[in-house]
Amino acid sequence: MQARVVVLVGVVLASLLLAPAAAVQPATAPLPRDSVYQLQAQLTDQSGRRLTLASKRGSPQLVVMFYTSCKFICPTIIDTVLDVDRKLTPAEKPRLGVLLISLDAQRDDPAALKAVADKRGLDLSRWTLAQPQAAEVRAIAGVLGVRFRSLADGEFNHTGVLVLLDADGRIVARSEQTGGTVEARFMERVRVALARP
Amino acid sequence: MHGWVSLLWFVLALVAVTAAQAGDARYANLPGGPLVSALKYEDSGGRVRVAPFALMRLPVTNADFLAFVRKHPEWRRDRVASVFAEPRYLSHWAAAAQLGPQAHARQPVIWVSWFAASAYCRAQGARLPSWSQWEYAAAADEQRLDARSDRAWRERILAWYARPSTHALASVGAQPVNAHGVHDLHGLVWEWTDDYSALLVSADNRDQGDPNRLGFCGAGALSVNDRDHYAVLMRVAMLSSLAGADATANLGFRCAR
Repeated sequence: MQARVVVLVGVVLASLLLAPAAAVQPATAPLPRDSVYQLQAQLTDQSGRRLTLASKRGSPQLVVMFYTSCKFICPTIIDTVLDVDRKLTPAEKPRLGVLLISLDAQRDDPAALKAVADKRGLDLSRWTLAQPQAAEVRAIAGVLGVRFRSLADGEFNHTGVLVLLDADGRIVARSEQTGGTVEARFMERVRVALARP
Repeated sequence: MHGWVSLLWFVLALVAVTAAQAGDARYANLPGGPLVSALKYEDSGGRVRVAPFALMRLPVTNADFLAFVRKHPEWRRDRVASVFAEPRYLSHWAAAAQLGPQAHARQPVIWVSWFAASAYCRAQGARLPSWSQWEYAAAADEQRLDARSDRAWRERILAWYARPSTHALASVGAQPVNAHGVHDLHGLVWEWTDDYSALLVSADNRDQGDPNRLGFCGAGALSVNDRDHYAVLMRVAMLSSLAGADATANLGFRCAR
């Protein structure tokens, strides 16, 4: 009887351990041609770690472009992403990665990014705040469909967009509603993306 | 001794770099200077200072671009990632690495995306010009560095836009050279700029004031300084409507450095 329980527990444990592993695409599978991960872009995260954009392959990602000194709209963009987080179930939440990429490659160094993460209490086990290479910002914005212009005073004009990528980096949904509350239609697409095996 | 060898290498390298830049007849050197843009930027009112730069005298041709895709096959139309180029990319060529009857060697290359144009310029050690660089270079006519206030010249440029686009494209360099030594900035093809996606032109002001529909973060869309310079404003409107993977039948590019 006791042995059976051990076996049963073992099977449950094994399936728990194996299930997420099976959900991750093997790294050797060719990248789809419409994946934004086709862009070879180098990023530095809030801890100073180097990563590539394509290293986010494997789980759905919610991607936005912002900059830390932005006073007006960017805080509400982050509010909107936090609203997505709030609406996820405990089972869904760990499956969604969040990637905030700065438009301000000059000034948004790891320290500036970390300060925002601390101030907003962002869960850095799932959220990445990233500084791109200056020469690659417009290409990253290009694959994400973000338009921006840097202004004389160091601020930026930019389109506020939430972009949902599937596990292979294909854009599956976009939302320009970034006022603090996520669009219901977009939230539904997030759920669908997270439900996929 | 060691110091002298280093110095010698440094001088040799300097000579080589200078020779490479001065010797590249494909580029014209432009002095730059203050420019009042036809666009009224909200931060500067449209007054920009253009630093000295070099610009290709001619748009990139089909032959130039064919040499590029042969060397960089990831940019062939049958291999390019669709995130970088839409399905019509290089669709006027007979095959992925062959020009054919619809694409003469000396015609400007068209049906190219911003990503492909950027990659081409990067491979030349150059980049796409910024909008300000393009606008500065294109302000010149054959004699004057800034001919934009001349109504007759404006009319001449505009006449090109009125011509039907069903005619085959002319070869590059067939039009007179401008005062900077650059050909074909008007009257042949539209051209990508590096910062095409900085041109934030809103069709109307519908979105302003609604916190849930703010298309642009910050002061918003550009307005216009010079409403009469239609030829330039049409280019801005066109570039502002494009995505980086888009390609069209009359959009080409040239490089700057």
